Amino acid sequence: MVIYGVALLSACMLVGTILGQLLGLAVGINANIGGVGIAMLILVLLSQKLLDKEMLSKAAESGVQFWSAMYIPIVVAMAARQNVVAAFDAGALAFVAGLGAVFTGFLLIRPIAALAKNGDETETAVEEGSK
Amino acid sequence: MIDSILHPFMKYPLVTAFLVVGLITWVAMVVGKKGTNNRIHGSAIAIVCGLILAYVGGKTTGGKHGIADVSFFSGFALMGGGMFRDFAIIATAYGVRMEELKKAGLPGVIALCTSLVIATVVGAAASYAFGYTDPVSMATIGGGAATFIVGPVTGAALGASSEVIALSVAAGVVKSIAVMILTPFLAKIAGLTNPSAAAVYGGLMGSTSGVAAGLAATDPKLVPYGALTATFYTGFGCLVVPSLGYMILNALFG
Repeated sequence: MVIYGVALLSACMLVGTILGQLLGLAVGINANIGGVGIAMLILVLLSQKLLDKEMLSKAAESGVQFWSAMYIPIVVAMAARQNVVAAFDAGALAFVAGLGAVFTGFLLIRPIAALAKNGDETETAVEEGSK
Repeated sequence: MIDSILHPFMKYPLVTAFLVVGLITWVAMVVGKKGTNNRIHGSAIAIVCGLILAYVGGKTTGGKHGIADVSFFSGFALMGGGMFRDFAIIATAYGVRMEELKKAGLPGVIALCTSLVIATVVGAAASYAFGYTDPVSMATIGGGAATFIVGPVTGAALGASSEVIALSVAAGVVKSIAVMILTPFLAKIAGLTNPSAAAVYGGLMGSTSGVAAGLAATDPKLVPYGALTATFYTGFGCLVVPSLGYMILNALFG
């Protein structure tokens, strides 16, 4: 049944949001910290388990895949409801602050990604050493 | 006569939005393929079309929600709203391999922390340069340079003026739109070609909508990795900028 996949996705989203909310509460702010990210992790783990046990039918899978495929159209709709006028009219300060953060971000992708690769290598080296 | 034709479109706004987005995507795909010889991906063109619609909608209605404020297009509010966005983002994680995710984890966290510091510094410096030199305004606009949610949350917590809060929101919106538009063009140069780099990128940009659209237009396979780190950014920013960020700025400029 297709609905099983959709329900699985819904369950992940709701549980993730609850955990995100609790995480926010634990650190003292009334906000959801990483609820979507937590939900994604749950979906990865859960779907892997269910697929291994062959408990997820093709139809159920298509219930998740449909929403995954709807992602880009939803993003187009999301773009169409942004407050683009405010961004254009806000003046130089908003542009300097916003664009400055974006460009520095792009410059840092390579160094941080490289940093992590080195970290990986030392990690595997340690693991091999302990063996 | 015209009314009875238009009525169904108004009565089923979400269905109308599906149709309109479908048409935009189709035109964008054709333009991308034939007009630019696949150099610009159709999704990128579709997203820019969306932003142009948002500008037109905002100009004609004076509202805050782009084209969704025009009643014919009101379904865009639901289709492009947080509920469907998050639901679809989570769905993209289906089929992601755990090993890839583990590899992306540490760099993603490093990117997240680095980026919040940098965004706050850039925002606070811009704020200072434009004459908002008190630590409250600097922290608020610094928060805005993180995302358009961190800005107002910081401003509200610290008691910033509404003018400064509006500026911080605008800075965040500029950032998220710039991420959407620039990502497909800068991806190759910036090394955004694999899952680890996508996780780093998500942590560095932080804006969920910007990252979502930017990666969709670059390489849909990378979406879950970038989205995963980006979704932690705003919450983490709301936690750190009004507290630690403000304390440091207050010590330096207070």
